[in-house]
Amino acid sequence: MRRRPNYLAGVGSVVWLFLVGLPLYVLLAATLRTRGDYAENGPVSVPDTFTLDNYLGAFDAGFGQYFLNTIVVTAAVVGLVLVLVPPLSYAIVRSRSRVTSQVFRLFLLGLAIPAQAVIVPMFYLISEAGLYDNLLGVILPTAAFCLPMSALILSGSMRDISPELFEAMAVDGATPRRMFFQLVVPLSRGGLSTITVFAALQAWNGFLFPLVLTQSDSTKVITLGLYNFQTEHGIDIPGLLGAVMLSMLPVLLVYLFARRALVQGLMGVGGK
Amino acid sequence: MTTQITSAPPAAEPRKGDRRRPAGSPAANVGRPGFGWALPAAIFFTLFAIVPLIMVAVLSFMSWNGLGSPRFVGTENWSRLLDDPVMLKSIWITLLLTVLGIVVQTPLSILLGVWAAGHQRNRAVLSAIYFVPLLLSATAVSVLWRALLDPNFGIPAEATWLFGDGNLFGEQTTAIGVLAFVSTWQFTPFHTLIYQGAARAVPEVLYQAAEIDGAGRYRQFFHITLPQLRNSMITSMILMTVGGLTTFETVLILTQGGPGTDTTISAYYMYEKAFKSFDFGVGSAIALTLVVAATVISLVVVRVSGYDKMRSSMEGVS
Repeated sequence: MRRRPNYLAGVGSVVWLFLVGLPLYVLLAATLRTRGDYAENGPVSVPDTFTLDNYLGAFDAGFGQYFLNTIVVTAAVVGLVLVLVPPLSYAIVRSRSRVTSQVFRLFLLGLAIPAQAVIVPMFYLISEAGLYDNLLGVILPTAAFCLPMSALILSGSMRDISPELFEAMAVDGATPRRMFFQLVVPLSRGGLSTITVFAALQAWNGFLFPLVLTQSDSTKVITLGLYNFQTEHGIDIPGLLGAVMLSMLPVLLVYLFARRALVQGLMGVGGK
Repeated sequence: MTTQITSAPPAAEPRKGDRRRPAGSPAANVGRPGFGWALPAAIFFTLFAIVPLIMVAVLSFMSWNGLGSPRFVGTENWSRLLDDPVMLKSIWITLLLTVLGIVVQTPLSILLGVWAAGHQRNRAVLSAIYFVPLLLSATAVSVLWRALLDPNFGIPAEATWLFGDGNLFGEQTTAIGVLAFVSTWQFTPFHTLIYQGAARAVPEVLYQAAEIDGAGRYRQFFHITLPQLRNSMITSMILMTVGGLTTFETVLILTQGGPGTDTTISAYYMYEKAFKSFDFGVGSAIALTLVVAATVISLVVVRVSGYDKMRSSMEGVS
């Protein structure tokens, strides 16, 4: 199985490579050429002009501010997840309280709740709380919807810590608090980086909560900026694709340098 | 593949080496964290996910236009939805797109996942490019494909032999085709990852034994690899179902539900009702329908497959 080449899968993988590679090539090429060149020679051609105007145009359209807002949202969501999930997962794995296993069931149930399902009441709650059109109003629900998956991933990685280590510490009279900081946190670094990646991607790519819960330019995040750009300048395809490229650039850069960690992190989302 | 999407809560199944003292004995909880450790996350989650979920049920019996206070109207929203041809149509389109997604993506991602789990040449470079769509937001992906498939300036204008007049968004069949294609493009890498992880965890001994018995590659695939991927298939299909039922950005950006209402899936219709027509009661009723459907389907799949026994797929192997 692993020794001879698998031709069927090989062909499939080449086709898939083409399906993914071609659009990415068109995207990159289009962002570096003028609108006239793109319209005249078509998307797949090799550019005969070179310009950075498409990127500059995106910044003129306000993308600098949107970028900043997205960074704020992403950092805050990751922060909240990292504060809330480790103690939760620790309790899920080690606590024998019945209530804790009920809490875990609640979070498992939460896996099936899509953001769309709660968007109307969320709009009501956030408006009532006076957080409408405020980045905090986006951060809180986004973080909440990262919790179930993060808890699942992290508790999976904490479960791999050998029980003997806990017993040894218990014999030494360690409190749960000390075990958490000296044993559980250091030994679940892998899981912690996975949930960081997961939450960051969710927050960076989030669309529905910002769409419904913010309004003004000063609170717009980058996905929303992209959507507006498309509605307003849909005909300027190189300009639009420049904005698309900008929105994904940070993620792609991280991916380039930390591919292994990122892919493994994402792998944990589905099945470790 | 030690823990899957439904890893056992600690109380459900003691693991080897986790010698348990009888519950309730005073020594049992020494050095163990109490429920308090889970409390902050539980409160936060309840406030921003469970409470809204309960409220969506309540709001589906209310009339609210976004201003002022919601007013109780009984089952009016529901009976209006039942008589609404667009709602019924949207359910069919949602189901069609979900099923289409599963049928197209499952074989594709199994094939690619098993391939990526092997040791082919150039695999690292190839799979680096493979997984890019996975990192992108649905918004970026949709905007990208909207531009690439533009009837005047996009790829269809280049390849008229394939696309005819090139307006893929003007007809129901092709518009649905575009939506299915774009979700496949975006999500296949993710499901490939699930299968890749699972295929790597298949014990080599099974293949060695099969080889001794003279089983060929295809028999090995169908009799060893596929059965061993069972749990992952369930995980993957549940995720595809929930994802399919709640597709939103793709439709908003690529087709706006059109032509006419031909690609108006339920999640998009919910958004239109609530945030464009300011009919939040009806919007809530649609949302509730979606949650119930997603939950029921997931539960049925989990039950039918025996997945709720929460057995680790490595059991009995090591």
